[in-house]
Amino acid sequence: MNTTLRPAQAADTFPKLLLDHARVRPYETCMREKDLGIWQAWTWAQVADEVRAFALGLGTLGFARGENLAVIGDNRPQLYWAMAAAQCLGGVPVPLYQDAVAEEMIYILDDADVRIAVVEDQEQVDKLLEIKERLPRLEHIVYEDPRGMRHYTQPFLHRYSELQERGRSLHRDFPAMFDAEIGKGQESDLAVMLYTSGTTGKPKGVCHTHRALIVAARGGCEFDKLGPRDEILSYLPMAWVGDNLFSYAEALVAGFTINCPESGDTVMTDMREIGPTFYFAPPRVFENLLTQLTIRMEDASRIKRWLFTYFLGVARRCGAEILDRRPDVSAKDRLLYAFGNLLVYAPLRNVLGMSRIRVAYTAGAAIGPDLFRFYRSIGINLKQLYGSTETCAYVCLQPDGQIKLDSVGLPAPGVEVKIGDNGEVLVKSLAMLQEYYKRPEATAEVFDEQGYFRTGDAGFFDPDGHLKIIDRAKDVGRLVNGAVFAPNYIENKLKFFPYIKEAVAFGHDRNMVCAFINLDLGAVGNWAERRGIPYSGYTDLAAKPEVYQLIQECVEQVNSELAADPMVADSQVHRFLVLHKELDPDDDELTRTRKVRRGFIAEKYAVLVDALYSGKSSCFIETEVKFEDGRKGKISADVKICDTKVLPAPHPKDTARQVRKEAAHA
Amino acid sequence: MSLPAAVSRIGETILSVEGVSLAFGGVKALSEVTFDVREGEVRAIIGPNGAGKSSMLNVINGVYHPQQGTVQFKGETRRKVNPHHAAAQGIARTFQNIALFKGMTVLDNIMTGRSLKMRASLLEQALYLGRNRREELEHRTKVEEIIDFLQIEHVRKTPVGRLPYGLQKRVELARALAAEPVLLLLDEPMAGMNVEEKQDMCRFILDVNDEFGTTIVLIEHDMGVVMDISDRIVVLDYGRKIADGYPAEIRSNQAVIDAYLGVAH
Repeated sequence: MNTTLRPAQAADTFPKLLLDHARVRPYETCMREKDLGIWQAWTWAQVADEVRAFALGLGTLGFARGENLAVIGDNRPQLYWAMAAAQCLGGVPVPLYQDAVAEEMIYILDDADVRIAVVEDQEQVDKLLEIKERLPRLEHIVYEDPRGMRHYTQPFLHRYSELQERGRSLHRDFPAMFDAEIGKGQESDLAVMLYTSGTTGKPKGVCHTHRALIVAARGGCEFDKLGPRDEILSYLPMAWVGDNLFSYAEALVAGFTINCPESGDTVMTDMREIGPTFYFAPPRVFENLLTQLTIRMEDASRIKRWLFTYFLGVARRCGAEILDRRPDVSAKDRLLYAFGNLLVYAPLRNVLGMSRIRVAYTAGAAIGPDLFRFYRSIGINLKQLYGSTETCAYVCLQPDGQIKLDSVGLPAPGVEVKIGDNGEVLVKSLAMLQEYYKRPEATAEVFDEQGYFRTGDAGFFDPDGHLKIIDRAKDVGRLVNGAVFAPNYIENKLKFFPYIKEAVAFGHDRNMVCAFINLDLGAVGNWAERRGIPYSGYTDLAAKPEVYQLIQECVEQVNSELAADPMVADSQVHRFLVLHKELDPDDDELTRTRKVRRGFIAEKYAVLVDALYSGKSSCFIETEVKFEDGRKGKISADVKICDTKVLPAPHPKDTARQVRKEAAHA
Repeated sequence: MSLPAAVSRIGETILSVEGVSLAFGGVKALSEVTFDVREGEVRAIIGPNGAGKSSMLNVINGVYHPQQGTVQFKGETRRKVNPHHAAAQGIARTFQNIALFKGMTVLDNIMTGRSLKMRASLLEQALYLGRNRREELEHRTKVEEIIDFLQIEHVRKTPVGRLPYGLQKRVELARALAAEPVLLLLDEPMAGMNVEEKQDMCRFILDVNDEFGTTIVLIEHDMGVVMDISDRIVVLDYGRKIADGYPAEIRSNQAVIDAYLGVAH
């Protein structure tokens, strides 16, 4: 790996890295995309050629150094090329979330002064046409997929391949132009601008330099020994920092192959076909996979079910230890695990498309310890990392062999992490944002006097130096009796049950903790069908007494876990209700990365929160919902509220005191 | 739909039905129905239950043979055709109640739509030899294009029986398209669908018409859909044609309102 990497070490921008790879190993595969049922491949030389053609084509539209280029669509090679092309000309790609509705795009396109947008298909073109009048600066739209575009005659619409043709003929006439443009690039130039999800206020454009991303990518690649032989499946939104680091920056640094799935719905199949060696997914993806697995196992024959249950028991006992190569596993367990591997774990990994995985990461939200342990126990080297858009997703990483279920690992090479006086995690490294676009005051605010970046997360170091994150610093609240209330912690425990898709816990400044529950329609639907419980849809299912009983059992189990830990024993869930509709990003209840917006939900469903705390046994509510096509409708229901059994906390007063002491220590 | 675009798309008459009457014993399903379909247009046939809409489609693709009248397709008049001939001439259709092979995968089902285009002999097919190999690849490419077009990649290898209703309808459309038809007959393509599925289907029908230039005759009950996507509409009632024209005309036609639109059912 080192010999092939060396030429690239000198390159200090992404375009230079690309050209280096194209020179050192032009015929190795750089990208793949499944198109018309077949995996099409591009070599490094071909990619460099395509990028050059598009870059020069962009030049003919007057794309200037320092200009921002909007990139909107699913993970397509052509869109990655567009990002590289913008960088070649000294411009800055601004990837947007492809599922955002037109209205949401206005703000970012306007804020980023976008003049040219490269989009995937007709769907995105339609969205931009809808808002174009309100974006006076938007001059050109380039689309990749010509399907359905035949009758669009607007002069400002350009087909991707036509622009490339222009670029190619330009290259024939001025062959030195492209290299000269790349030569002008410096590591301190901006490489990409990513918008924050806007959990707090308006989205902000986070500007990263080539240096920051390359430092993070080099660090990450060396940490996990990623090389040109690795394969990654790129299916997460291009607007997300993780995709920029793993699928773009690290691929260009290490030279591994990027695989683009056929469509969002085919990721599972595509993953099995490619068998990536390096994989990244937010916890909810791992959660969904496990939920699907559980559903499918319920339908399996009795022998298979027995095998599955038995060997998962074995794996739970010793699987993670064997993966960590710990010496303290008995010979009997090793033998059983080997059998299990043959009969259950290996086929399971195969079904999940994870047979070849060397390193898998999860981040973005806390992962349930049980969920995490499940994947590790069946032999998948799943690890956690910690980072944010501002820190290039590069702050803490779990080293192989030192995995702790509830920590996010050690500070990554070259990163300095400390805990502030208020318990907030502070970070200093080269892989750090340059600034927020056009927001000097926000940029100043986010760094402390010594130049540390404030992450906004509350956490602490354990005795081994591993960082533990408990919640957003501002979300950590206190119950009336002074006990710590970390809503995320409780919600994650609830969400580990396959039946619960989302949970929202309330408790700050209250005398007890109460929760909203969102069912997982797939899992609970299947459960209901097997029991012959008829239902017409989500709202109906959510109101069934049997379902309430099911959820109550889940909640009470969480309570017994919480009661065991004096830190959080007071956070047991006293009352809960099952929401009558699914929480949805289209209704602003979740962010685009599917985190619950607790404050917004509390406000929107204030009636229900009041009912939880006023002791009522049911409450009527009518809610407006937005459908995917933008139309609006109403859902109304009589939501029942259920009390749960709460176990006595060990020593409530001691707990409170202990917590205060710990806070003071930190 | 803007009128100029629609006009340029539509060409000469491709199918004309002249005074067709069809009876089953004493029951008159169709009596002296006359209408035409122009190349490239979306033509809807509407009417209350039992008006003879499906019978009309069955006459067009040769399942029923009318006792009177003629059907002229691509300038060729015919009295008796069987469905096989109709298919060979470029008429494909979907059915009111889905008629797919439930146990076969989506891919295989769509492949069956290509059977008329396969030239290799049984022996060649059995042994996957020469001509058949080449053909098979060609057909697969075509089928994959259709899969891509109708966005059903994610269920490519799933047995049809396991798919939800809306998707099965889409697979049926895919199979009809695999025959690369000149004229596509759709029998209630949106029956039993929810709003979102209907919208998708509308989009697909318009896209098929637009991209491949396929002429489409469809039967549909959802008036919103019919008025939105069709160029011209024929209205049948008790086997007789009671109106024929552009959506705007049909909407204000008193006979139609009496027979159909104004009556809640």
